Amino acid sequence: MQVGVLALQGGFEPHVAMLSTLGVVAREVRSPLALREVTHLVLPGGESTTLHHLLELFGMGELIRERYLAGELALLGTCAGAILLGHAADPRERPPRLELLDAQLERNAYGRQRESFSAPIELDGQSLEGVFIRAPRFTHVGPNARVLAAHAGSPVLVEGPGLLAATFHPELGRDPRVHRRFLELRSAAAAR
Amino acid sequence: MNPTPATLDAPQAETQLNVGLARMLCGGVIMDVTDAEQARIAEGAGAVAVMALERVPSDIRKEGGVARMAAIEKVLEIQAAVTIPVMAKARIGHFVEARVLEELGVDFIDESEVLTPADSEHHIDKRAFRVPFVCGATCLAEALRRIGEGAALIRTKGEAGTGDIVEAVRHLRLVNREIRMVRSAPREELMAIAKELRAPYELVLKVHELGRLPVPNFAAGGVATPADAALAMALGAEAVFVGSGIFKSADPARTAAAVVKATARWNEPGIVAQACRESGAPMRGQSAAAMPSEERLATRGW
Repeated sequence: MQVGVLALQGGFEPHVAMLSTLGVVAREVRSPLALREVTHLVLPGGESTTLHHLLELFGMGELIRERYLAGELALLGTCAGAILLGHAADPRERPPRLELLDAQLERNAYGRQRESFSAPIELDGQSLEGVFIRAPRFTHVGPNARVLAAHAGSPVLVEGPGLLAATFHPELGRDPRVHRRFLELRSAAAAR
Repeated sequence: MNPTPATLDAPQAETQLNVGLARMLCGGVIMDVTDAEQARIAEGAGAVAVMALERVPSDIRKEGGVARMAAIEKVLEIQAAVTIPVMAKARIGHFVEARVLEELGVDFIDESEVLTPADSEHHIDKRAFRVPFVCGATCLAEALRRIGEGAALIRTKGEAGTGDIVEAVRHLRLVNREIRMVRSAPREELMAIAKELRAPYELVLKVHELGRLPVPNFAAGGVATPADAALAMALGAEAVFVGSGIFKSADPARTAAAVVKATARWNEPGIVAQACRESGAPMRGQSAAAMPSEERLATRGW
């Protein structure tokens, strides 16, 4: 297992720090070369339009798709990362998202920064701190995805084959359960 | 086991949300814009946020007069044009301008020396606000005073509008040198260090424990080229503000995209070289060293 955190833009450092509390040394991934060497990849929070732009610019979005679909890569997306993994409500949105998770997400669904909030959410019967920063919202979850946690009636943590997507920031809290679950994911092909 | 991520120990939810937003900007480029069209160009080029202001710093220098918060309709126009975070500048100490910007739903307020200071002694009490603030700092002590007042993000106070990176480099190096000093000092010397720095003891202690500022540190002031941005990142800046450098260059859209590219992969000379090649001709610039001290913006605030 080789764990990487996409480090082109966004809150990648807190993911590296959280993974290190689980005894995992994660590498920062900024190039297609580095991307080819990992089996687990975190897509961090950041600006989804910027991340999109950079993934496209460096030919890394297509590579993530290919490696995931070939069963070589497990994925965790938080906030902007979750947006990238899912589908847009409007299929004409450009550039297209990675569309690897059978779910739709709406960007900036709660509003601007003054509407950012934190709230406890329940995961496996235990409370976990949910930090929502200009967060997206799941507007639809399809049959190939499963809701693991919800807040105020909306899914906030969703699992697909070989991938996890959170609209909040587990890396900014103290609870490593989401990351532990990510490390336990096998890639999609192995899961099939 | 009670794992504690090194990057987060803020007890307050608001601090966590605001420093959290600052973290989400890391690796990105924040661009000064004066209208909706510029904001769209910035967003299209991959900017992580835009900074709404009335005039870019080089025009403020040239035209003089009192530089204030941007006009309300400009801020609204820019907010309507893009989906990325919108920042705006308030004058140092002008907490009413800051309240107005908060009311407009601005995502981040820059209490900025680029505008004419409203208070020669006091900065804004940033803890009284829900939205985050970024403040400039030339050295560790100044950074810690601003964080003590509630700043969620620190940036260098490079000479805005000059296109000369030298002051931003000086501030980055100085802050890092002082952090290394605090980091390696024995604990019992920290109070004397806090006294000497005129900085809050608790924050000096935090720097000692973390080996870094408790909030992100970005570069600002004088960044004009992709290579400048990559230099700032190599010196430990976590993201880059670009003011006049984009919209005073020969081809703003190309320059903007090239600076974004070089910032994301600053440590790869091949990528930075590509970005330099793709960039438009940079702004002409003005040497900060040749500037009389009364024209220097970094001396505003303390």
